[in-house]
Amino acid sequence: MTTTEAPPAEIGRPRTRKEDQHLITGHSTFTDSMVLPGMVHLAMVRSPLAHATITSIDTTAARKAPGVVGVWTGRDFPEQGGLACAWPITPDMKSPVHLPVPTDTVNHVGEIVAVIAARTKAEAVDAVELVDVQYSELPVVTDLAAARDGSAPVIHGDLGTNVSATWVFDSGAAGTGGDASAAIEAARSDPDQIVVERTFRQQRLIPAYMEPRSTVCDPNGAGDQITIWSATQIPHILRTMLTLSQGIPEGKLRIIAPDVGGGFGGKLEVTPEEVATIMVARQLGKPAKYTETRSETMMAAHHGRDQIQHLTMSARKDGTITGFDVDLTANMGAYLALVGPGVPILGAFMYNAIYKIPAYRFSCTNVFTNEVMTDAYRGAGRPEATFAIERMMDELATELGMDPIEVRRRNWIRHEEFPFTTVAGLTYDSGNYEEATDKALRHFGYDDLRAEQQRRRESGDRIQLGIGTSTFTEMCGLAPSRVLGSLSYGAGGWEAASIRMLPTGVVEVVTGISPHGQGHVTGFSQIVADRLGVPFENVKILHGDTNISAKGLDTYGSRSLAVGGIAVVKAADKVIAKAKTIAAHLLEASEDDIDFAHGSFTVRGTESSVTIGDIALATFTGHNLPDGVESSLDSEAVFDPENFSFPHGTHLCAAEVDTETGKVTIRKYVAVDDVGVVINPLLVDGQVHGGLAQGIAQALYEEAQYSADGQLTSGTFVDYLVPSAVDLPDYITDKTITPSTSNPLGVKGVGEAGTIASTPAVVNAVLDAVRQFGVADIPMPMTPARVWQAIQDGSTAAGSNSSSTGGAA
Amino acid sequence: MAKITVAVDGTTYQDEVEPRMLLVQYLREKVGKTGTLVGCDTSNCGACTVLFDGVSVKSCSVLAVQADGHEVTTIEGLAGINGELHPVQQAFHDKHALQCGYCTPGMIMRSVSLLKENPHPTEAEIREGLNGNLCRCTGYQNIVAAVQQAADALATAGGAR
Ligand code: FES
Ligand code: FES
Repeated sequence: MTTTEAPPAEIGRPRTRKEDQHLITGHSTFTDSMVLPGMVHLAMVRSPLAHATITSIDTTAARKAPGVVGVWTGRDFPEQGGLACAWPITPDMKSPVHLPVPTDTVNHVGEIVAVIAARTKAEAVDAVELVDVQYSELPVVTDLAAARDGSAPVIHGDLGTNVSATWVFDSGAAGTGGDASAAIEAARSDPDQIVVERTFRQQRLIPAYMEPRSTVCDPNGAGDQITIWSATQIPHILRTMLTLSQGIPEGKLRIIAPDVGGGFGGKLEVTPEEVATIMVARQLGKPAKYTETRSETMMAAHHGRDQIQHLTMSARKDGTITGFDVDLTANMGAYLALVGPGVPILGAFMYNAIYKIPAYRFSCTNVFTNEVMTDAYRGAGRPEATFAIERMMDELATELGMDPIEVRRRNWIRHEEFPFTTVAGLTYDSGNYEEATDKALRHFGYDDLRAEQQRRRESGDRIQLGIGTSTFTEMCGLAPSRVLGSLSYGAGGWEAASIRMLPTGVVEVVTGISPHGQGHVTGFSQIVADRLGVPFENVKILHGDTNISAKGLDTYGSRSLAVGGIAVVKAADKVIAKAKTIAAHLLEASEDDIDFAHGSFTVRGTESSVTIGDIALATFTGHNLPDGVESSLDSEAVFDPENFSFPHGTHLCAAEVDTETGKVTIRKYVAVDDVGVVINPLLVDGQVHGGLAQGIAQALYEEAQYSADGQLTSGTFVDYLVPSAVDLPDYITDKTITPSTSNPLGVKGVGEAGTIASTPAVVNAVLDAVRQFGVADIPMPMTPARVWQAIQDGSTAAGSNSSSTGGAA
Repeated sequence: MAKITVAVDGTTYQDEVEPRMLLVQYLREKVGKTGTLVGCDTSNCGACTVLFDGVSVKSCSVLAVQADGHEVTTIEGLAGINGELHPVQQAFHDKHALQCGYCTPGMIMRSVSLLKENPHPTEAEIREGLNGNLCRCTGYQNIVAAVQQAADALATAGGAR
């Protein structure tokens, strides 16, 4: 074989990040830091009302204010098109027109009614107060149930209803399982079965990325190019959608996502602010910048979650589930966001989770309210699903007086049963729930904590202990294009990559994904270094500029590695295949006798070899290539996965509840995740930590609240409690590894796992601590006030709660 | 307009500023110190944290005119003259204490100040000390670990910096 020493495998190494240097030294390139010559600054006049007709707008005084270059109302933008929703979940889905700057009616607080451009941001903001807008108030709808049942006034008169669409999956009809309604009906009269019915509220959350959104538009590029820098997760989708919705030819648009300060789904949007900035820049023929304040982000950028979940589960008294019915009401807000209608539907395939449920029905009704739109937020549909099922597993355990882990064991798919086709019709390729759970239990010290819990109960300790479990899975790596097509999604789920082999040994990798903190530059460098046998340092990853990375579908849905990373692998394999032909020529051997390992091509059974770098140089000079072979190793690939990947894991939470104050403290949190093959454990842990923080925050701290008149009452970081370091525990993380079989690296996704798993673990723990006082449920976030009140009331503080055993009980 | 003289990262600047101008606006818009970032409008996030005469402040809650005659150190002035990273910067890199990097300048500046106030903090003291700085990406665990590493590094170096 080869004489070269095998370099240590890059995959699996805890490499520190290539991304860090400029961020830790203050040389960041966030959009708001960009200044262009002659640039104007924008400020928005926003509606203070949730639902109103605009009767007049007087901009005279604002136009005369110092430094003001122009003021526009909706009518001054005849070129504006309605913002598009890319996910019509049903053929009859109702979708109101959503103008970036509405002309007649505002439908939520914070809608833009006028745009001001000035020499400085301060001058633009000063002029906001000079715009006189008169409104005529309309009735406001904020109640989801009333929006659904028709008792609320209709918001969009032309639609005639507040219901946008109802989407149904029924395993009986789909042929993937039994009829859930029939199974549950049968259980009601079966003395050996129990039916558990619960209603949970998925509160509204705000993504709360640390960087407020910002857009700069330069309309004056050579060749009519319009360059847009934006704090976005989706430069490619933004480009396409700007063409489709605003009619700007795609060829003119160059979108750059420079450093982006977090997204979590919150920057997966084509926003009114982006369109307004582009329209002003084009009308003025000057560069324009708009950066929102935090208060504007909270009020006008899309929110997440916000569902009522009505759940009915039937099970035999030994704990075996026999049927599960899920009925959701999902709040779309005032308009349909880019993928908003599809977000709850992404959960449809996950309510059955890791369990063998024989009959399953899912129905989701999307409704309009006078609140800001909802769309993707970390997990998008799957945290809601996991919360529902994992809460129900604990409810079932409670009803049956069983250990919650045991109930799960009786129902989950055993490791020898993979691949397993679920009642929702997905095929889980791999997993080992037993191993992950056993490992988590060991880290946790389950039996000791249960014993301590018992002691505290018996002694009537002020601090009570609860233990919460969440054995979750998720579908990620969005997505097989065919599956997306079957769900009427407006695009595919492939990803693109290309590799350029430079003559000096540098490998340039262009990827269509668009990172904003995840560490893809480092992770992808490791993959390419291993695949091509080149030093990690020699790999350069380029992304986030549609002129450089012309093809891509961007970053969301834990897809970057499991889809984008595989596209990179495929491109690398093409480079190797091209190089092999040239290697055979240079080594004067048959291609069949050439082996490739660790960056070198070797003639089998000899010492003669040539490196891939040598071949890159040979293609640069072109002096000695085989006949008919093009002088390039550069390659492109597009990868469209055949299946999702299914990370899973077991999370255990021990929560202490101070029964006198209601304060919850997380005593211990163990997360054992199976994300398949790990490219970089440092990055994986970072993703899990951050995900946990957001999931725990949903359980304990965060809620976007609207008053009955549609005012956001949690509109700043004073009222919307993003947790700080003191609010969160030290996490114990570990892994099991069952490689995914749906991609050649065996990787799954990790970006959303922590968020998806942790919320029910925490809520289950708190309830486990206080059920003894007669508490059945506490709505999220479980604030001290709510926990204390629930203990006082000794009964549920939220939603309905009923259960019935079959006939003989 | 008010005339101010401020030393920022070792250079002295003289400017006319509006009395209402915030220090963070002055740093970003007048001095070009765009390494210092803005994350909120209620002084909650800490993204804008700088050292003011060596002590951390949220530069969105200080007026530029208040900086007249004072010294400000931003994230851009923290590394050594030859680019040698400050132990806190190095620790943030080593411990993977940043993801998107938006909270990072503020987190680092606050950590520098925290370690001056308390060179050997416990985990709880670190968490308490960073209470005014929000990070949405990391879940804080690696930030805490970075501050611990930096504390050790500074102790070994005799707390010279
Ligand atoms: S910008 Fe200063 S604290 Fe948020
Ligand atoms: S690293 Fe993104 S906010 Fe802290």
